[in-house]
Amino acid sequence: MSDLKMWMIWPGNPALSILVLALIAMVALYAARAPMHALLRSASQTLGGPLRLGARWLFGVAEELRARNKAVLLAQGRRETGQRIEREFERLALMVSRDLQGYPTLQRKLLEEITRVEEDYKKCGEVPPPPPDWVDAVTAVAKIKTGGGEVVQKILVDIRQSLESIHDKALAEYRRAYQMRHSILEGFMPYWRSLDKTMKQVDKNMTGIQDAAAAVDAQMVSYKEIAARSDEAESQLTNSAFTQFAIAAIVMAVALGGAFVNFKLIALPMSEMVGASDYITATLRTSEVAALVIILVEASMGLFVMESLRITHLFPRISNLDDRMRRRMIWISLSLLFLLAGIESALALMRDMLIADKQALLQSLATTAPVVNEGWLGHIPTAGQMVLGFILPFALAFVAVPLESFIHSARTVGGALLVHLINALGFAMRIAANLVKQLSRALVHAYDVLIVLPLLAEHLFRARRHGARNGAADRVDPRETTLHPLS
Amino acid sequence: MRTRTFTLAARLLVAVLVLAAAGCGDSRSHAQAVYMLVDTSGTYAKQADKAQRVINYLLGTLNPGDSLAVARVVSRSFSEKDIIAKATFDTRPSEANAQKRAFQAKTEAFLKDVQPTAHTDITGGLIQGAEFLNETGAGTKTVIIFSDMQEDLDRVTVRNFPIKLNHIRVIALNVTKLNTDNIDPRRYLGRLAAWHKRVMAAGASEWKVINDMERLNSIFANS
Repeated sequence: MSDLKMWMIWPGNPALSILVLALIAMVALYAARAPMHALLRSASQTLGGPLRLGARWLFGVAEELRARNKAVLLAQGRRETGQRIEREFERLALMVSRDLQGYPTLQRKLLEEITRVEEDYKKCGEVPPPPPDWVDAVTAVAKIKTGGGEVVQKILVDIRQSLESIHDKALAEYRRAYQMRHSILEGFMPYWRSLDKTMKQVDKNMTGIQDAAAAVDAQMVSYKEIAARSDEAESQLTNSAFTQFAIAAIVMAVALGGAFVNFKLIALPMSEMVGASDYITATLRTSEVAALVIILVEASMGLFVMESLRITHLFPRISNLDDRMRRRMIWISLSLLFLLAGIESALALMRDMLIADKQALLQSLATTAPVVNEGWLGHIPTAGQMVLGFILPFALAFVAVPLESFIHSARTVGGALLVHLINALGFAMRIAANLVKQLSRALVHAYDVLIVLPLLAEHLFRARRHGARNGAADRVDPRETTLHPLS
Repeated sequence: MRTRTFTLAARLLVAVLVLAAAGCGDSRSHAQAVYMLVDTSGTYAKQADKAQRVINYLLGTLNPGDSLAVARVVSRSFSEKDIIAKATFDTRPSEANAQKRAFQAKTEAFLKDVQPTAHTDITGGLIQGAEFLNETGAGTKTVIIFSDMQEDLDRVTVRNFPIKLNHIRVIALNVTKLNTDNIDPRRYLGRLAAWHKRVMAAGASEWKVINDMERLNSIFANS
């Protein structure tokens, strides 16, 4: 309070003192107006300049990174699509050699069958011999009028009988001929069926080849787009990478669950081997690390098996080995995996024994009645643990496949996320630079608000001087509503 | 036997794998050491069955690599002869379990025919216990005093000097009330307060009183 009084010009009249002090301060601030404005602008530039520069640099870096990501992604996509096309061609070649290799034989067979069918058909086409010429003679005789003569009648009866006998013969001959043709037609059936089957087979083969060719076409279109470095291809590849990343992550999470179960199975018995009282860190036992190491070694062996089988391609050196070496590697890795699985199974059994022993000890310490033996039912968990201990290492071996997908797609996903992060950072820096700029302007205006009275006086003075010079002192531009700083 | 066979087979394989990890291990000891003093003087000798329950609890709770000793409090307790049983459990769980069984049998046999003594030398037992615990080199050291905490020395025994219990937790267990405590509870409270003061002055890291035998788990609650 005494400090405040010290500033009072008239201690008895604080209002007047404050007013006078304010006027003095206003005049002082007015005098310092130009340097203060310059200071504020300079400070704004000092702060905002690097921010803007940083933002521009970050955008540049993001663009470079994006271009690099695109190049890597397209190269990767090109390689993968190329491999896929290669595989499709191999499949197509296999189909062609398998299906069309026997095509000449098939064609010969087809032609033979068609020829045979044609011949038989021609045979079927043979019509029975026409009625003999004497039919006309009989017709003429039939027109003879008997006139009631017995001789003529007798002759006619004889002719009729002869004709009937001949007619029966001709009819029998005609029927026999048709029967023969029917039997030939019946003989057609197997050939027709064979022909039909052969044609269907040819159709199926051709369809299969067409499908394979269509798949190759689709891959080729994709390959062309990648080669053309189109944005669509990039977008497709990025989406595919994100999908792969997500799927691989899920599968790996499942595998981690399996590894955790595996770890639980062998952590306790490992303490029997390396001791339960050694610690790597305050909470991490050596036995637990040992169990973890065993699991990691199993996963590594699985990885080597997958690499040797050329299912995964994380280590080019392994896949480039000659077949003999690769086979050796497969057998060695598999043997070690088998051995480790056996050890795990034994450890699982030991775990059960240790738990049973501990349980028995606790029961004896608690002086409670021992648990009744459950017979063969009691052995189910033990057997289950042993089987699990044996199977899990082999199941873990397959982690190599999602791991490869994860690693490959992580490059794209990580790159894309990094680009977004850098862009976001650049954006934030640009916003900060703008904020600094606007803040500096606001401070300049705020400063002018503080010294509004001297500025008003200056404005009036200038207006009057300007008016006196032009003979129109009272004319002030009505649009001028703001006070301009001194130049 | 089968366990040992498995141990031998797998040990060879994992030895190499663990060697690196073990080489950079944590040098601090994570083991626990517990020294339990069992008061066998006067009427408190009748509490032997409760003492056995506490020992059983400790045997069930302590891990492989931990140490446990049970000693009796007699007229002059600063002697190794008063240690009924002691063991540092093997780091292998199966061996540790066997040791625990033997330990239990030994203490049970002793506490079955425990003979009451004329005087109670808790301080001597504490000094002996501190010696044992420091020798184990364990990370956590605990003295459990199963007693009514009423020290009763003969005329010759000298215990009125400062003792050292640095970094040792002291837990008074089953501190029963004497007839005189019932007449004037301040005697009981004063007795506990005096021990608290003496133990903390000796450098102990913790002083705790547990009278409820159903809350034995609080023995290691803060260790």
